[in-house]
Parts: sequence; structure tokens; C-alpha cells
Amino acid sequence: MGIRFILMVNKQGQTRLAQYYEWLTLEERRALEGEIVRKCLARNEQQCSFVEHRNYKIVYRRYASLFFLVGVDNEENELAILEFIHLLVETMDRHFGNVCELDIMFHLEKAHFMLEEMVMNGSVVETSKANILSPIQLMEKAS
Amino acid sequence: MGSQGGFYQSKEFLDLVKSIGEARSKAEEDRIVLSEIETLKRRISEPDIPKRKMKEYILRLVYIEMLGHDASFGYIHAVKMTHDDSLLVKRTGYLAVTLFLNEDHDLIILIVNTIQKDLKSDNYLVVCAALNAVCKLINEETIPAVLPQVVELLGHPKEAVRKKAIMALHRFYQKSPSSVSHLISNFRKRLCDNDPGVMGATLCPFFDLIAQDVNSYKDLVISFVSILKQVAERRLSKAYDYHQMPAPFIQIKLLKILALLGSGDKQASETMYTVVGDIFRKRDSSSNIGNAVLYECICCVSSIYPNTKLLDSAADAISRFLKSDSHNLKYMGIDALGRLIKISPEIAEQHQLAVIDCLEDPNDTLKRKTFELLYKMTKSTNVEVIVDRMIDYMISINDNHYKTEIASRCVELAEQFAPSNQWFIQTMNKVFEHAGDLVNIKVAHNLMRLIAEGFGEDGDNADSKLRSSAVESYLHILGEPKLPSVFLQVICWVLGEYGTADGMFSASDVTGKLCDVAEACSSNETVKAYAVTALMKIYAFEIAAGRKVDMLPECQSLMEELLASHSTDLQQRAYELQAVIGLDVHAVECIMPPDASCEDIEVDQGFSFLDGYIQEAIEKGAQPYIPESERSGLLNMGKFRNQDHHESSHGLRFEAYELPMPAVQSRIPQALIPSTEMVPVPEPMYPRETDQTPVSPIPSNPSNAGSAELKLRLDEVQQKWGRPTYTPETSTSNSTSQKSVNGASAVNSTREAYASRKPQVEISHEKQKLAASLFGGSSKPEKRPATGHKVSKASSHMVEKSHVPNSSMEVAPEKAAPAQPPPDLLDLGEPTATSTAPSLDPFKQLEGLLDTTQDALAANSATTASRSPDVMALLYADTPIGIHNKDDADLLSGLSNPSVTHMAGATARSRLSQSSSKGSNPKDSLEKDALVRQMGVNPSSQNPNMFKDLLG
Repeated sequence: MGIRFILMVNKQGQTRLAQYYEWLTLEERRALEGEIVRKCLARNEQQCSFVEHRNYKIVYRRYASLFFLVGVDNEENELAILEFIHLLVETMDRHFGNVCELDIMFHLEKAHFMLEEMVMNGSVVETSKANILSPIQLMEKAS
Repeated sequence: MGSQGGFYQSKEFLDLVKSIGEARSKAEEDRIVLSEIETLKRRISEPDIPKRKMKEYILRLVYIEMLGHDASFGYIHAVKMTHDDSLLVKRTGYLAVTLFLNEDHDLIILIVNTIQKDLKSDNYLVVCAALNAVCKLINEETIPAVLPQVVELLGHPKEAVRKKAIMALHRFYQKSPSSVSHLISNFRKRLCDNDPGVMGATLCPFFDLIAQDVNSYKDLVISFVSILKQVAERRLSKAYDYHQMPAPFIQIKLLKILALLGSGDKQASETMYTVVGDIFRKRDSSSNIGNAVLYECICCVSSIYPNTKLLDSAADAISRFLKSDSHNLKYMGIDALGRLIKISPEIAEQHQLAVIDCLEDPNDTLKRKTFELLYKMTKSTNVEVIVDRMIDYMISINDNHYKTEIASRCVELAEQFAPSNQWFIQTMNKVFEHAGDLVNIKVAHNLMRLIAEGFGEDGDNADSKLRSSAVESYLHILGEPKLPSVFLQVICWVLGEYGTADGMFSASDVTGKLCDVAEACSSNETVKAYAVTALMKIYAFEIAAGRKVDMLPECQSLMEELLASHSTDLQQRAYELQAVIGLDVHAVECIMPPDASCEDIEVDQGFSFLDGYIQEAIEKGAQPYIPESERSGLLNMGKFRNQDHHESSHGLRFEAYELPMPAVQSRIPQALIPSTEMVPVPEPMYPRETDQTPVSPIPSNPSNAGSAELKLRLDEVQQKWGRPTYTPETSTSNSTSQKSVNGASAVNSTREAYASRKPQVEISHEKQKLAASLFGGSSKPEKRPATGHKVSKASSHMVEKSHVPNSSMEVAPEKAAPAQPPPDLLDLGEPTATSTAPSLDPFKQLEGLLDTTQDALAANSATTASRSPDVMALLYADTPIGIHNKDDADLLSGLSNPSVTHMAGATARSRLSQSSSKGSNPKDSLEKDALVRQMGVNPSSQNPNMFKDLLG
């Protein structure tokens, strides 16, 4: 199980999306997010995009005001995860058009639906943007 | 639901999001969320809430939990929402449930039924939503409830369903491998699925399966190789391309699988060489994703049976990584190097300077990775440098998790490769001093053992030198404040055993220090106990050597204090010390033979030496010893007899139970009877074995010789006098009350040498020296030019750094380019994208199907120089319009809205965008802006960042 969690956190450290692929209690999540955010947001642009934390490796990438943080285990290819983040942002951009933090906030469920298509059981299962977006578009049309 | 749209959002919701978005602090955010909780608690249980309102409430619950507050009051409503007929509402319900509940939650049972129903739905999107939920909510117990349906769905006509069904099975496998062990053939079947998405998903369970049991899947090597070949040759649909790379995520997964299958298997590996070599050749090292695939190739090459050509390619790729300016690539390079040196250790030498650069990099992640590499390449020639570096680093960090790890690595390396005893002792001292309480207690025991036993190579002389140097350094270190408890234990033990052994230090020196330790650690009974025992040993050795013992005044006061201690352990030790001091030379020599910690203690478990004494006692009329088992048997018998009397009065019958007891008892060999039931009987102490034990054993009959009854007690004896290595601390005192380690600023001369900052030009010289000491074998001529290079690099260090951000900035837009072309291009392209793409896209899957089957199309996929137009063309031109409409209607009928056509879809979308979302064309964007401004959120308000384009 490669990916353990995916977080989107803004520059102020506020969580904008959180998806866990292993069960953590509310308190555990809160603690973990706090620690990670403190660690990653303090880093500057030049630094390596990978941070070790507890037994996770955090791969993170910043887009404008928003940080995308993916917690993976040791066997994961960090560069590939970094590109997975980019693919996610590209996919959201295709759907929302010039995607910004506010889009994710207003359409939290859509962002989650996209993730549900892309990642299952902590593995990347779909990378075709068309395949990721089609269920959401069909739902949009139907309702 | 019509035009209202399921994604409709009320002003209330937008206001909430807005206020959360503009919250200035966590406290403010908490206030907003808390009042939201109050509102929802009231509202959510009102009757007849319209479902889109309810959907919004549920999303607000999701917000509450996401921001760290409990929303359990609304869980049941999320569960209810999964029953809804509307797909969007249902899916939102499922989403909320998967976010809120873990698989063992009580409410899950209410959802299983819904899932079962939805898995049978005619609408494949409903089935998909249910399968998503299956992956998150089904636990081991509920697997059987859905398993048959999931298996059936593996043959579903829709590839999206097949894919999710495979992942559901994968989940079941993760939860309980036995539940799907009979279904492995299904995975094999789906590996040949003609949809690349399904095939790609199947690789996930295969990776897990193969990691568990490589041999059962060797027959698939050829299949995996041929799939990888086809992927690399761009036979898959363009939809899977990512930045001109054909299906990179599938390639990576396949390479991971091949690495497992080829490990230690020459034959299997040989079939992989060509395809892996091809991927190396086709490398695209200009993009991150290209490098990700390259890195996976290196991992694969270093795992499978070695092949020189591939190893060369891998080494080449690694050197590119290491030479890159990107920290990410350097990181990958160091990691890859660590993998490859297991096969070809010489490769490390080529990259020595790059490695040292990474080691000195201010970036922590990179540094750690480099230490990992160094750890892997430590030899006896470079151990001193590496361990010193590690210790310096260990001292500099605060992260206890990593500190522990690196400390244990230092210890491991030092034990394995220590060039001299002196160095070993000093290294251990440093590790203990700075990470003492983080190291495993076993490490301390091991150190004591090593000092006691010596390295065994150079004879007694070297061993005693080792001990002297240990004693000397410990006496010196004791001056430091706040030493960790574990370290103090080691020090006390060693000082007790060897403090006065070489005559360099007098007993009063050593005992004085020990008293100081005991006083300083007034709250730590374990250390105190060690100190008292050490004192006893020293006095005993003094007496044995015929010298007169003068107890220091502080020592006397310590003893007085301990004689009245609340800890029985400490008290006993103090009394023993007092007793030993009063004994004569001969007795003391018997109790405490000098330097006997390594001698095996022969234990006469039968206590035959007591035979005479027993005999005498029996003759005087004492009762013979009755083994415990028999005693308790008798006791029980007695009880039973008593009960018999009772029984007659109560009318209860006990006969049936009475017989087996003694019978069983007598059949059990006495030796097997656990000693724990043994009742400790106070007895006069016997020298040597018993004087340390709080409880002395009962002398047993000679007939019981060899009985294991006493084993436990004797172990306790051994803990004091046997090999300290294996002995956990006997004292019952709490050894956990330890002082936290901190950066006790002890400066060591060796460390100083490295820590001292020197002018930059000299650093390069230092670096070169470091390289030489790390990599040892590197030849002179190779070093020379490298040094020259280094000097220039060092001087341009600052410049380089300022370049880094630039280059990393450059990478992002460049990468974004293909999928997200420049604005002008988008403006032309996007109207189609928003209106037709939605209905188009499902057929891309079909296309994929065609693509894989039609080799002819492969020619089509040859890379064209013009990037974005190519992508566009493929996206929109390739789709056969004819099939398109027919299938579209088909799809939508599944959604019970057959009348919606292509264009209607487009208009619906634009209407939608008025109310909530912004489209990607300028008009939609404007509308979005207008809307949010209307809501009072605007770029000039508190948090303008929320409006920034993420990809901008």
C-alpha cells in the first residue's frame, strides 16, 4: 500500500482536503496534520520535495497558495508521486478551468470524486484524465 | 432534479466556505466550526429536508471533521443518504461515510445492505460508487456478503466497473488473503483485459501477491515483459500518456513487479534485459516523470540478476541524477546509488565528491539519505570517518525518532568495524552521552560484555588496556552534567569491575566518583543500585588485596541513607555492602573474586553441598523436605477431605473430582513443575550464589537433583554475576524515570576537527580528504581533476544556489505546457473541451481498446515535435463521431435521462456554471468571479490567495 494519505493545505496551514487510505482517529489525524504542516511549510523552494516524518515519507508540491502533500511508505517512487500530484492538479484544472483553492473549497466532493477515481487502496489506478473526469461529468449532466 | 443541479450550493454554504477561507487563525476557524456544529445539530434532524439541502449538510459535516472536530452526530444521516436514488446524492453519501467511518464502526452493518443492492444496479456509475465504498468499508467479516457480487462484476461490460471490482478484490486480499485465495485466476484473467486501465489496476494486486510468493508467478514473467514492451513502444491509448511519456505509472508498476520476479533468478532476469535496456535507451531525462521511470529501472536492475550492460546504463543514469541541480534528483540518485553498490561497490568511488556534496548539503532530507548510503558502504577502512560524521549529525538533530535510528546504526557499525578498542570505547561514549536514553538497553549490556570479555584477539594485555582506557574515559566523563541513565549504568558497572584493577586510580578516587553518581541520580534507583554494587565490588577488591578500607565520609552518609531506603532493593544492597566490609579476606575473595564477571558460574541445582547439613538436621529430628508438588497435593487432599465433610451436610458430591487430582500430580515429573508457586523461606545466606538474591532457594532433596524448579531464582543470581549482557536489570525499581537527553555540550576533540569551519577554499581540500577517507580506494589521477572541479564549484557555490529556484521554477511550467497549453491555445480549444469533452471522454476508453489491438496505430503515436496541437488533435479528432452519439445516448439512459443529447449537455453545463462552478473559458471564469464577488469573497478581501490559479 503505497499512498497512505493525501492532504491539501494552504499557506496558512488550513486543511482544504484530507483523504486517508489507512484508518486514523480524528485525534491522530489532527496531530499528524499539525506536525506535517509545520514541517513542510517551513521549508523553502530550493529544498528537496521529500521529507521524512515518523515512518512516512512526505512528498509535497506547492501550487500558488496550496500545498499538496502525499504521505507514502518506503517502497514508493518519490518522483512518480511528485508527478502524480501534478497530474491531479492538471486534472482539476481541466475540470474547473484555472483551478484555484476556492474551487476545491466550493467543490470539495468533486475533488474527492477525482481522487476516488485516481487512487484506490493506496495505489494509483487511473491516470487518464478523460477516465477520471467522465463519471463526474456524467453526474453533472444527470442532475 | 432538472436544472437545479446536484452541485447546486446555497448562499449559506458559500458563506460558510467563505468564512472558513478567510479565517485568520486556527482559533477563529475553530469558532466558526463550533457554531456550525451547533447549527447543524439543530437543522439536520428536522423533518423533510430536501435532498440537495441534505447533501449540503453532509458536506458541511465533512468540513467539520476535516478541520478536526467531531461530527459523529451526523453520521447516521450520511448513512441514510447512501440509500438515495439520485446518483450524485448517493455518491456523496458514500463519500461521507468512507471519510467518517472505519470498517469496524457499528453503522457499517446498515450500509452493507445498500452496497449489495447497488452492486446489482443497472447504472454502472452506481455500481462504481458502491465498489468505491466496498474498498473502504468492508472488513474481514463482511467480505462474504459482497464477494460473489464483486467476482461477478469482474465480467462487467464497463471497464470502469471491472477495474474497481479488481481493486475491491485487492482490498479483500489485503484484509484477509485467505478470503480470495481461490480467486487468483481471476487476477490472471484480468491481466489480459483489453482495457489498459483494468490491466494497470490488476498490477496492484499482483505486486502484493508476488511480494508474498514469488515462485507461483514465475510463469507470468513473459507476460509482464511483453506488456512493458508494448507500453514502452506506445501501444497504449494516448489518454494514458503523461508529458509525452507512455503510461509511466504502469511502466513503474511493471518494473517493480519485474524487480521482484527477477531477484536471484537468472533465467527470469534474462528475459527482462532487453526491455529494461530499451527503456534506458529511450530515456527522457528532461522531465520528472522520465526520471521517475529511469529511477525505477535502476531499482529493477539492482534487484534482478546482474547484467553488465544494464549496470553500466544504471550507473550512467545515477551520475546524471547526482550531477543535477535539482535536490529531488540528487536524492533519487543517492537512493539509487545505495541500491546499486550492493552489486557493484566500485561505482561509489566514481561519485565520491557528489556524495560528499550531498552530505554537506543544508537540506536535511538529502543528508539523511546520504547517511543511509554511507551506512550501506561502511568498511573497516572508512568506519571512523563515517561514524564520526553520523555522531556529529546525531548531536545536531532534535528528532528523537531519527536520533534513535542513527544511534543504533553508529553502534552497529562500531561493533562491526571498530579499528581499535580505544576508538570503540570513545565512540560508544559519544553515542551514549548524546543519545543515551534513546538507545536500546541491550546496547548497553553489549558494551559491558565487550569490555568484560575483550575482543579476544590480542590476548589479555590488550583487553586490560581496553578496560583501563574505558575506566579512564569514564572517570573523565563523569564530570559532565546530566548523563543519560543507561550510560551511567554502564559507567558504574565498569568502574566497579575494573576501576581499581590497573592501579592507576585509587579506591577513594573511584568510590568518590561513584558516590557522586548515586547522589546526583537521587531519583533514579536503577543507577543508584548499580553504583552501590560497584562500591561493594571496589571495597571487596580492596579487602581482598589486603588493604585497609577507609570509607569516605560521603560514602558513609550515602550508606546510612540507603539503609533506610524505601526501595527494598537498595536497602538490601546497602546491607550487603555493610556485611561484606565486615568479612575477612578469605570470605571476601570467595564472594567477590576480582575480574570474574566472565566466568561461568557453575550452579549445583541439586544443592548437593548441603547434603551433610540436611542429614544432620534430619538426625536431630527435623522433618524431611517434601517437594512442593507433593506438599500442595497433600494440601489439596486435605482440603478435599474437609470438603468431604461439608459435602455430606450440603448434599454436594465431590467424589467425581477427587480422584484425578493426586493422580495427575504424581504423574507430572517434578522437574516440570513451575517454581513460581514456590514459597520463599528465609534461610541463612550462602556465599557467592546467594548473597545477592533477595530470596534464597529452599534446599531440595538430593533425589531432586537436576530439578529445574530453582531455575528462575538462579537466573537472578546470574544477573548479577553472570554475563551482564543478557541480564535485564534485576531491581524492581522503575528504570524509566530517566532524564531526557539533550545537547549536553560535551566537545570531543575528534569532532572538533570536523566541526571547525574553515575557509571555503580549504573546504574543498577537506572534502577531498574526506572523499579519500570515505572511498579509500580511489586512485590519485582521478582525484586531481575532480579537486580542481571542486574548487570552482565551491567558489561558485552561492551562485549555484541562487540558480536552483530558477531551474525548479522552469520545470513546472514546461511540464504544464502539453496538457495545459498557453492561454491563447486554450481559448480556442476549451469551448470544445467543456462542452463536448465530457461526453467524448468515455469513448477514449474504447479507443484505448482499439489502440491496444491495432498495432497499426502505433505508427500514429510516434512523438511529434509540436506538442500541444498533437495532444489536442488526438483528443478530439480521433473519436469517431458516429459511434459517439449512439453510445452517448446509451450511457445516459443508464442515468435515466435519455433525452439529454450532446448539445443539451453542453447547455446544461453552462447553465450550471452560472450557479456554481466556473468553466474554463473566459466567460465562465468571469461568471465565477462575479458569483463569488457577489458572495462577498473577492480577491481584495482577506485571503486573495484563494483566487490564485494553481497552475498559473
